[in-house]
Amino acid sequence: MNLILLSIIKKEFHHILRDPQTLTIIIFMPVMMLFLFGYAITLEMKQIETAIIDEAKSNESRAFIEQLMATDFFRITSADVKSNQIETIFKERKARCALIIPYDFSSALQRNKKVKIQLLVDASDPNAANFINNYVNQLNLKFNLKNNADVFIPFSFEPVMLYNPDLKSYYFFVPGLIAVILLLISALLTSIAIVREKERGTMEQILVSPVSPIQIIIGKTLPYTALGFLDSIIILLFGCLWFGVPLNGPVLLLGFSLILYIITGLSFGLLVSTISKTQQVAMLAALLATILPTIMLSGFIFPVASMPLIFQYLSLIVPATHFLEIIRGIMLKGIGLKELYIQLGYLFILTAFLIALSIKKFSRNLEG
Amino acid sequence: METVKIKNNSHSVIVEALTKKFGGFTAVNNISFRVSGGEIFGFLGANGAGKTTAIRMLCGLLMPTSGQATVAGFDVYTEYEKIKMNIGYMSQKFSLYEDLTVRENIEFYGGVYGLSRKEIREKTDYLMDYLKLWDHADDLTKSLPLGWKQRMALSTALLHDPDIIFLDEPTSGVDPVSRRNFWLLIYELAEQGKTIFVTTHFMDEAEYCHRLSIMRDGLIVELDKPGVLKKKYNAENMQDVFMKIVRGGKGQD
Ligand SMILES: Nc1ncnc2c1ncn2[C@@H]1O[C@H](COP(=O)(O)OP(=O)(O)OP(=O)(O)O)[C@@H](O)[C@H]1O
Ligand SMILES: [Mg+2]
Repeated sequence: MNLILLSIIKKEFHHILRDPQTLTIIIFMPVMMLFLFGYAITLEMKQIETAIIDEAKSNESRAFIEQLMATDFFRITSADVKSNQIETIFKERKARCALIIPYDFSSALQRNKKVKIQLLVDASDPNAANFINNYVNQLNLKFNLKNNADVFIPFSFEPVMLYNPDLKSYYFFVPGLIAVILLLISALLTSIAIVREKERGTMEQILVSPVSPIQIIIGKTLPYTALGFLDSIIILLFGCLWFGVPLNGPVLLLGFSLILYIITGLSFGLLVSTISKTQQVAMLAALLATILPTIMLSGFIFPVASMPLIFQYLSLIVPATHFLEIIRGIMLKGIGLKELYIQLGYLFILTAFLIALSIKKFSRNLEG
Repeated sequence: METVKIKNNSHSVIVEALTKKFGGFTAVNNISFRVSGGEIFGFLGANGAGKTTAIRMLCGLLMPTSGQATVAGFDVYTEYEKIKMNIGYMSQKFSLYEDLTVRENIEFYGGVYGLSRKEIREKTDYLMDYLKLWDHADDLTKSLPLGWKQRMALSTALLHDPDIIFLDEPTSGVDPVSRRNFWLLIYELAEQGKTIFVTTHFMDEAEYCHRLSIMRDGLIVELDKPGVLKKKYNAENMQDVFMKIVRGGKGQD
């Protein structure tokens, strides 16, 4: 019994170590995806294309503009624009926002009058528009404070961002990426490993032996569980050391949740393999079954709470939703079992259901 | 070669009115036959005649649509797990792992059939001697010539010492010398009392079988000793017999 399992596991490792495709998926894909998402698809806003309409053309206005340019946030693409050109600039997408500094900017500042700077934002991307608006307000406040400190401000808002004080999207993304990458990789690897044997005809040879389906499934998935775990460690290391994401909570609980979640991915892979005849189909199906719901419904990008109600319910059956809450909770908030047992329970039930379904679907012969 | 005696007369395989349908298409249509222990039983038929489908049903890989069959005394519907311990099977596709070495393949299949480490080691040594593969024990299987691969596949199918062996076109694509070597192996196995169930496209190989069944469009149209068939069709060799039977096929009246 044990020797049978061992033989299958050993064989699987031989395949993995000799197959460049699998090795690439295991080693390079997570790192590549992490950097891709981490840098390119970041929600952090930087280098916003900005047009400046400086009607004042004074020392103060130039100082203000200089201060804007000093930040990483704005990149001035059109300086010295006439106010009637703004629409063209927005339409040609040369800028996403425009600042109009009024002609009385300097005199108003000197007379301690409230200075009004008009900000025009291209709101076709409302999130971005909102973000720009907030940022400029903050900047404005700073400038005001510096330039007329004697102005009495009765109170001011000072937003304090908890858990992610610098509003770094890495913090948000790296745990999310672990959720996406792990699920994808474990589903992809298992389904490919099984469908490849179907394609090559070796599955037929195994099915004709007295090995039980459970042994085949365990023997096939155990190696990939180990590799998936290795992958999660790689991603975590990169996340913590390169992107500086904290790991505040209990590591042991994190490890346990990771394994549970990898098993979820493997069951997806098993299910995919039962409906796929070729490796290409398996790959596509694994991608669709994991990436789409995980990215769209789990809160990876869009917060679950702001989804339409029906999607909020739907997100409950997406394993990544719960895993995301767990991993973000552990890493960023430093919370543990006491706060997360409900999410862990959900994840556990979903995983158990998927395993049961995939084992049931896994055929002991060539039919189905 | 035709002088080899059938060693044992208990029936290894009993098939009654076995039928397999894929949807509306009948791949195997109501076939019946018995194979005795130690017999070399040949399955002939053009492409798509239903040979592989019939073998797969007997190996527990496909559920029959209707009819009865027992293999080694076990029912194919209910006792396929027991059947598996008693049969060796070489599928039509070469099904050893090309990316494993010769030794690793043997170890894997030995393990899968529940052999102990010691047994696996002994079997490996024995097979390496027997197949004269010592020089290539640690080469990847894909680097071997096809003839060797097929003999290796047969040997791994025999690791658990089964009584009944199903060989689905074991010699297709193999050169004549290797084919002859392969058939020497088959004869040796029959001598040991093992039942051989073999499909082939080669008519010279058909002559080596104790008995032959010829399939056409899912039906068994002839079943007898090669000598009897030749006499019946007044033919020089099996090639002629086969041509005469196949000409009776669909749309060739
Ligand atoms: N899983 C399946 N689903 C549908 N049809 C099938 C299936 N397997 C086989 N068939 C069809 O059944 C018929 C018999 O196929 P089978 O493989 O048994 O023939 P064969 O005699 O082994 O042919 P060959 O000499 O080419 O190996 C063929 O027409 C084939 O297309
Ligand atoms: Mg066939």
